[in-house]
Amino acid sequence: MARIVHQLMAIRTKDRLNRLVLLIPVLFLLSFYFFPMIKIAYRSLMQTDSLFALKGENMRIAWRSIRFSFLQAFLSTVITACLGVPAAYLFGRFIFPGRKIMRLISTLPFILPTVVVAAAFNALVGKNGWINLFLMRFFDLSQAPIQLFGTLGAILLAHVFYNTSIFIRVVGTAWERLDTNTEDAARVLSASPWQTFKKVTFPLLLPSILSAVLLVFLFDFTSFGVILLMGGAQFATIEVEIYIQTTQFLNLRLAGLLSLIQLFFSIITSLISKRLDNAPFVPIIPASIEKALRKPDTRRKKIFVFFINGILVILIAMPLGALILRSVLTSENIGSYGTLDFSLANYQRIFVNERDALFFVPPFTALRNSILFALAAMAISIIMAICVAVGSSWSSRAGKIMDVFVMLPLGTSAVTLGLGFLLAFSASRAMVAYFPVLIPVAHSLIALPIVVRIIQPALQAIPSNQHDAAITLGVPYARLWWKLDLPMIKKPLITAAIYAFAVSLGEFGATTFLSRPEIPTLPVAIFRYIGLPGQENYGKAMAMAVILLLACTAGFVAIENLQDIPVRE
Amino acid sequence: MKFKHMILFLFGAAVIFSCTAAPQPLVVMTHDSFAISESVISAFEEEHGVELTFLPSGDAGSTLNRAILSKDAPVADVLYGVDNTFLSRALSEDLFLPYTPDGFENLVADVLNFPGNQLTPIDFGYVCINYDKAYFEEQDLDVPQTFDDLLDPTYSGLLVVQNPATSSPGLAFLLATITEYGPEGYLAFWEGLKENGVVVANDWETAYYTNFSGSAGEGSQPMVVSYGTSPAAEVIFAEAELETSPTASLVGANMCFQQIEYAGILKGAEQEALAKKFMDYMLSEEFQNDIPMNMFVYPVNRLAEIPREFIEFAQVPKKPAILDTDLIAENRETWIASWRELFTN
Repeated sequence: MARIVHQLMAIRTKDRLNRLVLLIPVLFLLSFYFFPMIKIAYRSLMQTDSLFALKGENMRIAWRSIRFSFLQAFLSTVITACLGVPAAYLFGRFIFPGRKIMRLISTLPFILPTVVVAAAFNALVGKNGWINLFLMRFFDLSQAPIQLFGTLGAILLAHVFYNTSIFIRVVGTAWERLDTNTEDAARVLSASPWQTFKKVTFPLLLPSILSAVLLVFLFDFTSFGVILLMGGAQFATIEVEIYIQTTQFLNLRLAGLLSLIQLFFSIITSLISKRLDNAPFVPIIPASIEKALRKPDTRRKKIFVFFINGILVILIAMPLGALILRSVLTSENIGSYGTLDFSLANYQRIFVNERDALFFVPPFTALRNSILFALAAMAISIIMAICVAVGSSWSSRAGKIMDVFVMLPLGTSAVTLGLGFLLAFSASRAMVAYFPVLIPVAHSLIALPIVVRIIQPALQAIPSNQHDAAITLGVPYARLWWKLDLPMIKKPLITAAIYAFAVSLGEFGATTFLSRPEIPTLPVAIFRYIGLPGQENYGKAMAMAVILLLACTAGFVAIENLQDIPVRE
Repeated sequence: MKFKHMILFLFGAAVIFSCTAAPQPLVVMTHDSFAISESVISAFEEEHGVELTFLPSGDAGSTLNRAILSKDAPVADVLYGVDNTFLSRALSEDLFLPYTPDGFENLVADVLNFPGNQLTPIDFGYVCINYDKAYFEEQDLDVPQTFDDLLDPTYSGLLVVQNPATSSPGLAFLLATITEYGPEGYLAFWEGLKENGVVVANDWETAYYTNFSGSAGEGSQPMVVSYGTSPAAEVIFAEAELETSPTASLVGANMCFQQIEYAGILKGAEQEALAKKFMDYMLSEEFQNDIPMNMFVYPVNRLAEIPREFIEFAQVPKKPAILDTDLIAENRETWIASWRELFTN
């Protein structure tokens, strides 16, 4: 009897602790998300200028942008999933030469500013791009066969380029952790491979697939840079429209209305994805990776591995390669087919402040700032995500509410949130001086949804009987967490860290609006150069972009290697 | 014990830091394209014993918006970077203290186009169509001389412009066409351009580096809306030394829109006296001489030197397009909306 009471007490203490832990992310979101959002909402309502009344014409603009947001997000997500799920299978089940490198490469697009991606695609499939030149020569054509820019196709392609890695990382990691014994058991019971997938593998993967679909959909739905740079004037998503209404017309009412609409649909999407994920949860002990990964043994599997890798190389590795190649060539080499002269001139130029410019950004300073911000953003978002995951485990209601809360920044208009940050945190001169401190905070706000989506399923998958057993044995909760939970979620934790690092380093999506050039980072330096005419400036921007790529690669490799550090059992 | 020491130390450091805070800096809010030489700024700092802090705040529109949104508690003393397309919004929001800086009498005449002294012109430039000289030579094509020429099927698909709703040169170019054809006629011209295959990019970077064939991107269109000084920049920033620019501007009547950038002292400035000194300084020859090579625009002070590359490679339009700022303010939204209506359908 006494023993049972003791057990119950221990479990209750655990719940109480969890509630306290949950308070940390709640306070974080209240101060850095809700407070600035309330500020900007209030300011928008105060705007009474009759010029900005919500006219019928405005409603048409709003409607058009909503329709287009859905259309392109739906198409982009479907195409990304069509490539992403097989790619996740590839990385979750097979060993093949170059596996680690391919996985690394597929994550790199995430950090590239859109203007650089546009340049990379231009070097590859622009009018004088290498692929077009090759095709023209090979088939003896007078016109460039691939005309990409300014089409819906360009937008979809860029979205696939950016987001495929989310499937590879989120679903692939889950796939890797699935115990192959379950599948083998089904096969022994004479289920066909398709039946095994449908009845066993797919249900087990569903939570991570839904997470990936939701994240990709929200990224595409709120897309901004890709639409502007790859699409052209005929396309506008809600976010693009908010940007135009805000900066061009200072029409905060229409911008505010559009922000609300975007937020509303984002919440609805999150809720739907949560609803679909109602299969009874099956906690499983993760398989050891060596067991899950196999060499492709049949012919069909070999073809599959080759085929998916081929697509990834064409879609992701080639544009990245084009960017690197472009950075070591001079403009003279572009559009010609002859021998290429390689030179590091672009890299030498970025170190020289030729004109004594006040805002010259030394590459190492930019690199240092970028990495410091990224490390800080990574730390904040990981800590918050763990607090969310651990803290919301005490009640499924709290878990559900937190889940929607955490997704909010992703669905929120970046332009609006950026203005909110200005209003809330740069209201006085003293605050302005400290504003840069908030940059990693803002970055972690955007990274948090991804990080939570990666860590939470992994933590939930830990069978609770192990916990209860340990608690019954009187193991202190914190120690239990350190010894039992942490080692079990090491792999997802690393994936999450990589994303947080990448979101911040590349000032991905919404973070563009939250970054401030007072403390120059690598993306800021790229924008400085590409904003001026002249071959040298373009070359310098390309060189800076490659440095960003290298910094990110180094960061990824370092973070990935953390998993080889043995955790004491 | 060690941890306690650390906390005490940090606390103490914070107290000392806040007590010995340096004298208030002079804060200048600018758009992100603002650039100047370090020596020019440090000369001012030394002379007046003040630290200058710059607050880059996005593009010209975002910067003005930030100033408007923080009107009640301004975070800067001086705002640089309001252009004539945003001028009326800035003036109607009553953001600035009236002040006529020393050296105002040296201003070139064509930048003095509005009443009052809340804002002072600092620099100006022209938004013109640039063309790829090599392309026109190779194809043995005549260079278009007027807007009407651009409707000729010979130039079908050869021009890339920017969306006026998202790009400031794009808006300037739209305003040039309105100067030429009037508020009633400009849409008909744009319909013609659309039929003739004009390409629209959303921003200058894409138009110039992805679409334009005359610069580093080697794109498809040999004509792009850019700045009158871009041909000079192509020489200055060429990878190998050039005798002549690979590009030139179309400077026919009304084809180049004159863009003027202004600065003003924000109401509620903490450092009013120093702000005035800085306004004077921005009109001084020292500062004005430094403007062209940093921002690729012209100085407003007629005593300032124009760099050799500008004189040799950048053409100056004889009759630039100039629109009344009040007219711009009244119709800006409608003009842009009608343009978008035409190009989204």
